[in-house]
This record gives sequence, C-alpha cells and structure tokens, in this order.
Amino acid sequence: MLVLGIESTAHTFGVGVVSDEPRILADARYSYTPKVGGIHPREAADSFISNAPRVLSEALKSAGISMESVDAVAVALGPGLGPCLRVGATVARALAAYYGKPLVPVNHAVAHIEVGKVLTGARDPLVVYISGGNTVIAALYGGRYRVFGETLDIALGNFMDTLARELGIAPPYVVEGVHALDRCAEGGKYIEMPYVVKGQDTSYSGLLTAALRAYRDGAKLEDVCFSAREVAYSSLVEVAERGLSQLGKEEVLLVGGVAASRYLVEKFEAMARHRGVKLYVTPPKYAVDNGVMIAWTGLLLYKHGVTVEPEKAYIKQRWRLDSVDIYW
Amino acid sequence: MTYTGRVFRVIYVGAEALVAEGEFLGYEAVFKLRLRKPYRVPELDREIIRRRTLAEARLLLALRELGVKVPAVLYVDPVEGLIVMERVRGRTILSVAGSLSRGELCSAMSKAGSELAKMHRSGIAHGDVTTANMVLTESGDVYLVDLGLAKHVEDVEDLAVDLHLLIRVLESSHYSAKDEMFKCFLSGYREILGEEIARTILEKVREIRLRGRYVEERRVRK
Repeated sequence: MLVLGIESTAHTFGVGVVSDEPRILADARYSYTPKVGGIHPREAADSFISNAPRVLSEALKSAGISMESVDAVAVALGPGLGPCLRVGATVARALAAYYGKPLVPVNHAVAHIEVGKVLTGARDPLVVYISGGNTVIAALYGGRYRVFGETLDIALGNFMDTLARELGIAPPYVVEGVHALDRCAEGGKYIEMPYVVKGQDTSYSGLLTAALRAYRDGAKLEDVCFSAREVAYSSLVEVAERGLSQLGKEEVLLVGGVAASRYLVEKFEAMARHRGVKLYVTPPKYAVDNGVMIAWTGLLLYKHGVTVEPEKAYIKQRWRLDSVDIYW
Repeated sequence: MTYTGRVFRVIYVGAEALVAEGEFLGYEAVFKLRLRKPYRVPELDREIIRRRTLAEARLLLALRELGVKVPAVLYVDPVEGLIVMERVRGRTILSVAGSLSRGELCSAMSKAGSELAKMHRSGIAHGDVTTANMVLTESGDVYLVDLGLAKHVEDVEDLAVDLHLLIRVLESSHYSAKDEMFKCFLSGYREILGEEIARTILEKVREIRLRGRYVEERRVRK
C-alpha cells in the first residue's frame, strides 16, 4: 500500500510517500524562512503556493511512482496556521478528486507521535511533544492520546524563538541544528528567573518577560540565555517526570522540532537514567515538520477506514490532539 | 544533623520527593525529603527545593492553626529539603473503601469533604485531592495529607479544580461507588462552606468539566 502525505501547517510544505512495510519512498520539502521576525502566515502561504507543484513532482519522481499508483492521499488538516493549512488542503482535495483517490484527514500532532514511534521503536511511551506551536505531555489511554500536561500559555519553541528574536540573536533561529538560544547560552552563568510548574503544566510567558527585563537591566547576554534556557528546559523535564511517576510508564518519547535540541535531550537523558526509564528521541530530520509523518499516519488511518469526502475536508486550526480516535 | 531522628523504612519515592517513616524525638514521624534533580543546574535546584519545602511547611502550619486535620510539622530544613511531620496512624480511604460498610464509607467521605471545605474557606487549594491522600484514623477522623501542591489561591476556579480532580479519581479508582462517594463528600463540604458558596464552586466544576480535555461526552466543534 502506498500513501502520499501532505504537510503544510506552519513553515514547511512537505510531501512524503510511504509504504506499509514500513518504508519511506519520498520526502520532499520546502521551508519558508522569514527574513525578519517570525512566520508571517500569508507570506508563508504564498510561498507554499509557488513551491507546491515543484515539491509534489519532486516527491513522485524520487519515489519513482505516478499518482495513479497511490492508494490514498493524506493531508494535515490541523492544528496550524489557517492560510498555510488551506494550501495543503487545496492541493490534497484537488489530487483526491482528480485522480479519484480516497482522502485521509490527519492530525498534525498525532502524526508527530506516530512517526516518532515507528522510527524509534517505542511501544507505550509517555510522549513529550515540543515544537514552535506545541508543548504537550500525552499518553495513549482508552483509544486517545490523553493530555496530562501542557503549556498554559506559549509553546516552548515559540518561547525560544521570541526570546532569541527580541535579544537580537535571530533570525536565523536554527543554524546547523543548534538553536540561537542554545548557542548564546554557552559560557553563561545562572541568574534567578521565575520557574513555573503548576501541577502537570508549564508556563513560559512570565519567563520570557523576566528574561527580557533582566537583559534590559544590564544582565549579560550569555547569562540571560543560559538561565532562561535552564529554567524552560528543567520545568518541562520536571513535568514529564511527574507524568512518568503518575502513569507508571517506562518509556519517554520526544517528538516535535524542539526535540532536536541536544541540550534538552541531555536533560531528558539525565532524568531517564535517574528514574530508570528508557528515552527515545525522534531523529531530528523527522522530528521537524515533514510530509512523511503525514503519509505514515494517513496510512494507519486509511487501514482503519478513516477517510473524508473532499468537499467536507475542512481545515481545523485548533484540532486538539485528544479529540482524535486512535484505532491501533 | 542537629536533630534526633531515625528513619525505619522508605514508603514511597515519587517524582519530587522520597517519603519514609521513622521516629523523631520520640514521636512516630514521616520524613519527606525533596530530591535533587540531575537535570537542573545546582543553583536552580537548590532554590526550587528551598522554596517548595518552606511553602509546604508554612501551609501545614497555617492549616493546623485553622483547625484543619493535617499532620503537625515537627522539623523543617529548607536547605536539605526535609520536612519531618507527625505520622498519622490510619489507612487511606483508597485502600479501605472496599472493606468499609456503606455508612462508614459515607461518613469518611463526608469528613474528608469537611476538611477540604475548611481549607477552601481559607483560600487554600490542596492541589492533589485523591482518596490516597485521605487518611482514616482509628478514631474515625479523616486527615488530608501530602500538601506538596497546595497553595493560596485567589480564584474560585483553583478551588473548583480540587473537586474536579476528585471526581476524576473517583471515576477511575472507585467507579462503582463514585456517585454515592461524591454525594457524601459534598454533604460534609456543603455543611462547612454553606449552600451558596458551595454552589458557586460546583458550577465552576461543571464549567471546567465541559471545557476539559478528558471529558468523554465533550462535543467536538464541527
């Protein structure tokens, strides 16, 4: 079985093709990088529109297949930025309608988790999903990924990007796999910052304000970067540890773009060793947004009969992880 | 060590602390030691442990003064992250619920409700209201233990979260008796807080439930 998957929830327009062996046949991507500031949704969507045809043909070519041999078209309908989601949805609806292929609606968050599971071999993990738009601790219970903790305000990646930008050290945000905040933290010393853990939840907006204020008040740049990063990462690891303890899970799986941070992974390794649980980290290439994860999750869904009529395939900007039924 | 105490047995190692039983100045005691975390820089780790230990000890003292049945604090060392407290002799409601008669269980839940209401009346949320944290003594009193997540709150929502958590615990750990147990709990809760305030909080509980992400009957917006 061959499934083609389309990702376009934020900064990446990706097309992946997978088979159920499981095997990755194609992984084509275009990434929008803002010259200044953060993602501008309309600009990102415009650039997706001009690059979509190229990315799609690249994917089909590298898989060595034509659209006729595809069994289903999967698309990330949410959560994400409206203008960006519409591009992927339009392409997917058109392909499904024109070639008469079933259309499979995929939740972007579920896709991050499923691709992490299949690539790392994690079986029943506590999932830590960390990216520019998400900071969620979840685990599969009773047919859904239940959310046991999450950020009360901004996501971890959003916090890191905004802080780096406001401190004048980004964009670019990530160079050679290292985030500007991690880079600038080298050699820094710890100065006090607000550490917020509320039960199972984290919060980063107060930390952002405090870090910027400390910098304005004359604290050294490397100290601000170091301290803000330490507090942000530590509170996340603490919440994950609570989840492990409460749920009695023996595996932790990191998914999402921020899982590529070596420093964050080191903290999780320390916690995992301490607790005697096994840590799985999604390979950086597939931890960030990509079409392969949508194709793979689409394949799982399609095998369980989940499809949608093209005219009813609406985008859902706020499609929650825990509202999706998991049949496998 | 400047105090006289002996630890006999580790009862539990959680995500945050180790809990052991022992003896302190002749009292039967529980030792709660907050653990250092290898993933936190030492300065941050020390500060978190110090602040949380002090906060918990202060709340325990404040609650004792208010007449809430919580363990008495015998010793605090914020630098070490240690709180030594009175050992409350009894069994958790979680462990005895199955062996109590309906009347006994109802009375215990009602007493737990009264104790939580006394906390709420003073603007303190427990933060971890489970039947494992309700200890039924031989004399029939109910103590609320593990104040590690307790805090002073300003919003009625934070109090409602306590009840929300309890309902979730009853649904998962006591599903066959959950309605009866919650009804009994509420009778004690209402008695202390008064009908009107209790109703305000319960309305908030309903709101949280409908907003919630764990609710089975939740309607996903089309």
